[in-house]
Amino acid sequence: MTTHSSEIEPAAQGGDPLPDPGLPPHTPRLTDTDTKAAKRAERQIGVMFGIAALGSIGFVAAYLALPLDGDLGRLQLSNILLGLGLGASLLLLGLGAVQWAKKLMPDVEMVQQRHPLESPPEDRQAAVAAFEAGAEESGIGRRPLIRNSLLGAAALLPLPVLFFLGDMGPINPNPALVRSTTIWTRGTRVVNDVTFTPIRPEDLQVGQLVNAMPESYEEIPEEDAAERLTTRAYSSVLVIRLEPGEFEVPPGREGWDVDGILCYSKICTHVGCPISLYEQQTHNMLCPCHQSTFALSQAGKVVFGPAKRPLPQLPLEVDAEGYLAAQGDFTEPVGPSYWERAKYIRTEPA
Amino acid sequence: MSATVKVASKPLAALDERLTISTWFKSNLRKVFPDHWSFLLGEIALYSFIVLLLSGTFLTLFFKPSMVEVVYQGSYVPLRGVPMSEAYASTLDISFEIRGGLLMRQIHHWSALLFVASMTVHMFRVFFTGAFRRPREINWSIGALLLLMGLAAGFTGYSLPDDLLSGTGLRIIEGIILSIPVVGTYLSFLIFGGNYPGEDIISRLYIAHVLLVPGLILALVSAHLIILWYQKHTQWPGPGRTEQNVVGYPLFPIYTAKAGGFFFVVSGVVVLLSAFIQINPVWFWGPYDPSQVSAGTQPDWYIGWLDGMLRITPALEFVIGGYTLSLNVLIPGGLAMPIFAGLLVAYPAIERFATGDDREHHLLDRPRNNPTRTGIGVMAIVFYGLLWLSGGNDFVATIFQIPVNYITRFMQVGLFVLPPLAFVVTRRIAIALQRRDMERVEHGRETGVIRMTTEGEFYEEHAPIDQYEAYELTAQPRPKRIEAAPELDESGIKNPHYKKTKRQARLNRFYWENTVDKPTPDELHDEVEHAEHDTLDHLEHEALPSGGHNPPESTRHT
Amino acid sequence: MTALLAKRRHPLAAVVVMAVALAALAALYAAFSPSSQASTTSAQSTQIEEGKQLFLVGCSSCHGINAEGVIRDDGTVLGPSLIGVGAAAVDFQVGTGRMPMARTDVQAPRKTEAYTDEQVAALAAYVASLAPGPAIPEPEQYDPELGDIARGGDLYRTNCAQCHNTTGQGGALTLGKYAPKLTGVEPVHIYEAMLTGPQSMPVFSDEVLTSDDKRDIIAFLKNVQSEPNPGGFGIGRIGPVSEGLWVWLIGLGALIGAAAWIGARSS
Repeated sequence: MTTHSSEIEPAAQGGDPLPDPGLPPHTPRLTDTDTKAAKRAERQIGVMFGIAALGSIGFVAAYLALPLDGDLGRLQLSNILLGLGLGASLLLLGLGAVQWAKKLMPDVEMVQQRHPLESPPEDRQAAVAAFEAGAEESGIGRRPLIRNSLLGAAALLPLPVLFFLGDMGPINPNPALVRSTTIWTRGTRVVNDVTFTPIRPEDLQVGQLVNAMPESYEEIPEEDAAERLTTRAYSSVLVIRLEPGEFEVPPGREGWDVDGILCYSKICTHVGCPISLYEQQTHNMLCPCHQSTFALSQAGKVVFGPAKRPLPQLPLEVDAEGYLAAQGDFTEPVGPSYWERAKYIRTEPA
Repeated sequence: MSATVKVASKPLAALDERLTISTWFKSNLRKVFPDHWSFLLGEIALYSFIVLLLSGTFLTLFFKPSMVEVVYQGSYVPLRGVPMSEAYASTLDISFEIRGGLLMRQIHHWSALLFVASMTVHMFRVFFTGAFRRPREINWSIGALLLLMGLAAGFTGYSLPDDLLSGTGLRIIEGIILSIPVVGTYLSFLIFGGNYPGEDIISRLYIAHVLLVPGLILALVSAHLIILWYQKHTQWPGPGRTEQNVVGYPLFPIYTAKAGGFFFVVSGVVVLLSAFIQINPVWFWGPYDPSQVSAGTQPDWYIGWLDGMLRITPALEFVIGGYTLSLNVLIPGGLAMPIFAGLLVAYPAIERFATGDDREHHLLDRPRNNPTRTGIGVMAIVFYGLLWLSGGNDFVATIFQIPVNYITRFMQVGLFVLPPLAFVVTRRIAIALQRRDMERVEHGRETGVIRMTTEGEFYEEHAPIDQYEAYELTAQPRPKRIEAAPELDESGIKNPHYKKTKRQARLNRFYWENTVDKPTPDELHDEVEHAEHDTLDHLEHEALPSGGHNPPESTRHT
Repeated sequence: MTALLAKRRHPLAAVVVMAVALAALAALYAAFSPSSQASTTSAQSTQIEEGKQLFLVGCSSCHGINAEGVIRDDGTVLGPSLIGVGAAAVDFQVGTGRMPMARTDVQAPRKTEAYTDEQVAALAAYVASLAPGPAIPEPEQYDPELGDIARGGDLYRTNCAQCHNTTGQGGALTLGKYAPKLTGVEPVHIYEAMLTGPQSMPVFSDEVLTSDDKRDIIAFLKNVQSEPNPGGFGIGRIGPVSEGLWVWLIGLGALIGAAAWIGARSS
């Protein structure tokens, strides 16, 4: 009775059609029979090794002769010569060795027998017996208390290992909460990045793009590099100017623009690349990483690409001195999605 | 005793007294390895790894894995006065202030690209020749792990200079970590030491890159080589080669020279590449700033397939009960790699199940003799290639002047249509090649000499192939065809394994569908006779005199 | 041939007629083609008038007789209004050969200029006369020698690199549009492009990105383009895509070739 698949025995189908004729006879190489050819090969190999030696010397010469002085042309030359020297010394050493094996070392094929990989049955039995003897002597089979408590202790051991990593980063307060706000608050001026000059509405033309930052970025002390970087990573914004009437104003966002000047988060909602590829005529913002395309005239809705959520919009106003400023923080967490995100969507500018 | 032996004998004796090395040398110094160019691909990987270790050590003498902000005052003018991390500044110093520094950086990076490339071709060589079958499944799994480790080493490595290009990649990683359900935000804060980007990530990546990952790779490579050494290398089937022997050349001196020489060839090529072709010019990218990005931002080539997947996965993000599940990021970013690794590791077992072949194999398969496996391999290559092209879709768009949106759409469909197509086409081609082989065995080789009978009928003369070639063309194992066991046994009791055997039989049938089996001795005899008969038939009808060729001999006398 | 016919035509008559016809055609062409020097303009014609004439011939079919723009029946724009675009826009578009467009397309590519410098200036003057708009910058405003390269790099990476790539190699936009390569572009045109925001490119007004800022960017661009590649061949300066291509083609290619040589039997 067969419970497993049956095979149609290969023997029943017939054996191999042709017998093994054995190793083909060895045909001698030119260098085997012709001593002149062998000598020539030897010289050839010697030349190769000689060039290799020259390569090393060339490297040293170039290293000493070309100190770096800030001139990029000199650096290029140094790179080429050092690389050529070292490369030649390595490559020709290798080529020479291989040529030596190919031309001059014997090329008669040798045969070795493989050994069976399975241990002989006596060994296997002895191994099993040894294992059983040891297990019996340990008594673990007869002492369930030891076994179970050992397992319990071992199972808990990874915990300290894991907890050692607990202070790798601050997880209190809740990271999701920390991620949900930026440093934008009511009255924070919008400034041009790099130059940090504030912006008046009259400075902007229709079709303009400004890569902008919150003014409060400059107040972060220089030593607090982490805070500065994080601010750049989340609080960067884009300011564009459209013709009033050329864009949709979703309910609740009336008054978020200033005369057609709109402000959006610069951080893509897919996986967080900064975007700012602005197509002036289509009002589309394209992310160069994975081609998510946001229609800024339609409240940042995604019109192509792997991003799902629209780009968060920052509500703008004009402050007392006539500069563009935020009405408050974004009403939702900026950047890529995460598990708890939906809980941090606010209805009013924070 | 020769002079060499005399010189070596004293120190060797000292070692031998302590370590019994002569016994080892006795059996291993003349160990036979088979010879074929495709067996050297794994060596390219091994040697480029050694180059990585050496060049990497040099770089650690100068690189500062610190995100502390400094103002650059070095010799590269366009960045003078620009604030940047110490990591970036030290990379600039290595490139511009240290003789050979730029060369070494380039050697390191070219070698890294080559490491992963050569592992990939080596893996495909092993796959297409069936060298992963018993007893080498363990080594195959180690190899899969090594490939993943190579990707990890590369990614952690190119992120170290903290430049705009690799920093954007780090941002994407943060986005991927965030997409992990429940623990994503916590993991992100733990790994980055706080809110992105923090001040810790570069030094953490550094220790992963110079200690943890290379340590793992070294351990795995050592195991890989030890197992290979012990099990002996596989060889191509052919005259004189059996499952019980190895035919080739001895380790010392032949392979010492060939393989040792190849190490120098590989390192020499890498150094020459680094002398003439610029790679990773971080000074052009500028220091990393999370609010900046460059057009044409791409990861290194071996991560391209994952980035491509990120580009073409549609916007599958759902909010369920107040919780966000971003499958558009999780699938390519988090699941693709484990799935890929799992498929790789599982394949030997899958094939074992389909073919029912559990025997030891030391003779390789010619790819054409396992058309389905070859088809699967090509399908995987096409799938991977399409993803890789997707990763560079903005370049494809620019070079071929096709809107990038069209390329994305094409890939979204093509990814599921083209690989199965490739599978079918490849399988057909392999079977056709098998047929051609059998024709050669049964009818001999085409001579290109056309003869005409007196009736005006044309035929081509065939000449017999030599016995060595004939054997080589028929040395492959005969595929096992499996039939399902009966559902009920003689007593009418249901077979508990019936469903499994039915599945196996179906898979087996799919696997060996249309494969051309080699003929049995009787079949071959009949074929040859038939061919002879055809020719004799023609001869009876008198070939026209044309050069005095003798009638073709039979390949096997009857 | 009859004697009558023979008398009516001189043997060279045909030749003379041809010559006259050709000369007339040539004169007409010379009179109306854009690259003609309009030798008939009198000394009193102002530059604006000349510009207007050139405009009518070469631009009005798409941009309207009075540069008010032309909208097709289906509502799409054939040529936008040029009123208020300023001399800078004209100098850029015509000076880089983008205008006149060879055919309607998603984007006007840079090509050989169709007008001489004087003609470009005339066209610019005419368009500027229609309404106030950005003026052609003064040479000190775009002289790369006067710019701060490092600061320009910072500004460039923040404002320009996302479309044009960090070394100015350009990049893809949606649906066939693209940000062009910035190599070989004259400093004045770079300035004008930033100022006027041609086609898909946004506007960077002088009030936000000041004239000095623009000059710094130009200085950076000119420097990075003239910079040698210290590591060897630049292979396009576009990063990992070309690096990956070369490692497979040259690196692995050479090594597999070497492997084939090593494994081959020596003769």
